[in-house]
Amino acid sequence: MITKKQPKKILLKSGRIIDPFSKKTFVGDILIENGNIASIRKTIPSRDKDTLKIDCKGLVVTHGFCDIHVHFREPGREDKENLESGSIAALAGGFTQVCTMPNTNPSIDSAEHIYYICGKSSHLPIDIFPIGAVSKGQEGKELTEMILMKENGAIAFSDDGIPIQNAQFMALALQYAKMIDLPIINHAEDIYLRNEGVMNAGPNSDNLGLKGNPNLAESVMIYRDLALASSLNARLHIPHVSTKESVELIKLFKSKNKLISSEVSPHHLYFCDDDIVGFDTNLKVGPPIRSKSDRKKLIDGIKSGTIDCIATDHAPHTIEDKETTFNDAEFGMIGLESCLGVVNKILVKENGMSLKSLIEKLTVNPRKVMNINTDLFAIGEKAQITVFNPNEKWTFSGDDIYSKSSNSPFIGHELVGKIKYVFSKNSFSSL
Amino acid sequence: MFFENSTRTKISFTLAEKRLGADSINFSASTSSVKKGETLKDTVQNIASMQIDGAIIRHSHPGAALKLTEYIDGSVINAGDGSHEHPTQAILDMVTLKEKFGKIKNLKIGIIGDILNSRVARSNIFGLKKLGAEIVVCGPSTLLPNDATRLGINVTHNVDEVLNWCDAVIVLRIQLERMHLGRIPSQREYHRSFGLTYKRVDKLKKDITIMHPGPMNRGIEIDSTIADSENAVILDQVLNGVASRMSILYLLLGDKSERL
Repeated sequence: MITKKQPKKILLKSGRIIDPFSKKTFVGDILIENGNIASIRKTIPSRDKDTLKIDCKGLVVTHGFCDIHVHFREPGREDKENLESGSIAALAGGFTQVCTMPNTNPSIDSAEHIYYICGKSSHLPIDIFPIGAVSKGQEGKELTEMILMKENGAIAFSDDGIPIQNAQFMALALQYAKMIDLPIINHAEDIYLRNEGVMNAGPNSDNLGLKGNPNLAESVMIYRDLALASSLNARLHIPHVSTKESVELIKLFKSKNKLISSEVSPHHLYFCDDDIVGFDTNLKVGPPIRSKSDRKKLIDGIKSGTIDCIATDHAPHTIEDKETTFNDAEFGMIGLESCLGVVNKILVKENGMSLKSLIEKLTVNPRKVMNINTDLFAIGEKAQITVFNPNEKWTFSGDDIYSKSSNSPFIGHELVGKIKYVFSKNSFSSL
Repeated sequence: MFFENSTRTKISFTLAEKRLGADSINFSASTSSVKKGETLKDTVQNIASMQIDGAIIRHSHPGAALKLTEYIDGSVINAGDGSHEHPTQAILDMVTLKEKFGKIKNLKIGIIGDILNSRVARSNIFGLKKLGAEIVVCGPSTLLPNDATRLGINVTHNVDEVLNWCDAVIVLRIQLERMHLGRIPSQREYHRSFGLTYKRVDKLKKDITIMHPGPMNRGIEIDSTIADSENAVILDQVLNGVASRMSILYLLLGDKSERL
């Protein structure tokens, strides 16, 4: 991938423009001038020699993707990832905006920390919106200064990685964040039911002798959060939904409450726990890769709209953290670079979802969850454009990874759909 | 390479190596650089680089033996990996059953104890099923897999039912720490409800063969009188362990020109 500063004028010629905001699809041209959208029409003539013309015939031209769940490890574990390397990985995946989780070291639990992340990322080629911690030190005891954190740029609150176990504290967090209209994102797992499980509880964990994390650990917690949020009329976003029961519960509560949203990760849509038979530590994630029937229900859930959006839960880890036994390995996998190829293959090619619908789950829907502007193709907007080939088959390899870490179980897998160009904050990347 | 404590398995393998004339080294995690924080990979690669033909590994984590195959060119023998498998124990158990009954097909085998966390149970279930035995597992509901029937085995919580049905019973060690994890309330209740007591065995209408992989908690999962009775083949299992491991080593590592 080459990332450069944009020339003054860029003309994207004859691409299949899919605007998920206006829901219009047509073959046409887009003119970017000084980093902004200058014109979108069927044909834009250009005899200007200084205009960089890019032939987009056969390619999809759409909004830059938005990932509302990434771990960029800064501050504290810059050996795994930092804001800059994470941004490059995001661009390679077609993402122009991401929301970073606060479980760093120290955790992002004060206005000063939020200010630090925003300041350090202002010059980067993508927008980084920090999610602040719900509790000081992510200890689940005292609320963080949510109002001051919002003033400094916090976009939501989460103790991701650590479930909020105390229901009363969760209720207070939902109430407090409601004042400033920001969502709470709880890593929904009952830690007692989780019982130190390292993979999905079921026939496969029985066979492998690995401790199992049952579906119930997630679904009982999701039920609690849905019930609390509904009775308090507060905004709740449910991250990385992994079980069939959770999908049912979300569907039930969503029909009554418009403030509830949820996400699913590409790896939960792609793998099932049968794939863990070889003890591949890159498949160790939290929540765990579930059974075949859970996977099927997640696919149904994202197709029907019960689950709003796709978020990668990009979680970089060093080789040392993964090159060990399954019990000792860290939880998490990277996911930005492989995302489109994975979800396009599973949802569009194998399960009949329309490409338009998939694009919504990667663009307008996640932005709605976080109250980020969704009308990206309005004239004068800063250009955030992703261009990809929806039919290109390619084998994901180490060379496709721009993250500092390479803990991906997708290496060696054939994916469908490949990012070609990304325009973001005056930058221009081609892959 | 023993990353976890062992008496029988370690001595058994050591003797098997000696009797075959193999040149062997012993490694215990507790007296090695593992204590200094050396990773599994480094420990194993260092030993492997000293030109060994094979390695025997015991480790507390499932999949550890498989992981080792990435670092060692020679054969890797799993001497127990966490609660995953203990294949050489299953082989020696099957050798003992074959010796006693002349066959394994259609034998009725009961396995009593902590099935959920037992590598011995798991390997025996896979092995015995393959050779055509029928299996019933028995234990408290908190120490059985949720869906054991899918393994093609039956499940019960009634010890007397299993004992009346089976030809041979494998009694598993009950790990006392399970009590602190809330899985069983007390030793007394376990002994009364699931223990192989003299009273229980005495009232059976037929003789059954009694096996235990060791180490035993006498008075908890098995009464001393039963462990020392004529029908117990517990020490035969140990003896067969050396022979089984000799043949495993010979088949994997033996000079092909020596083959019969």
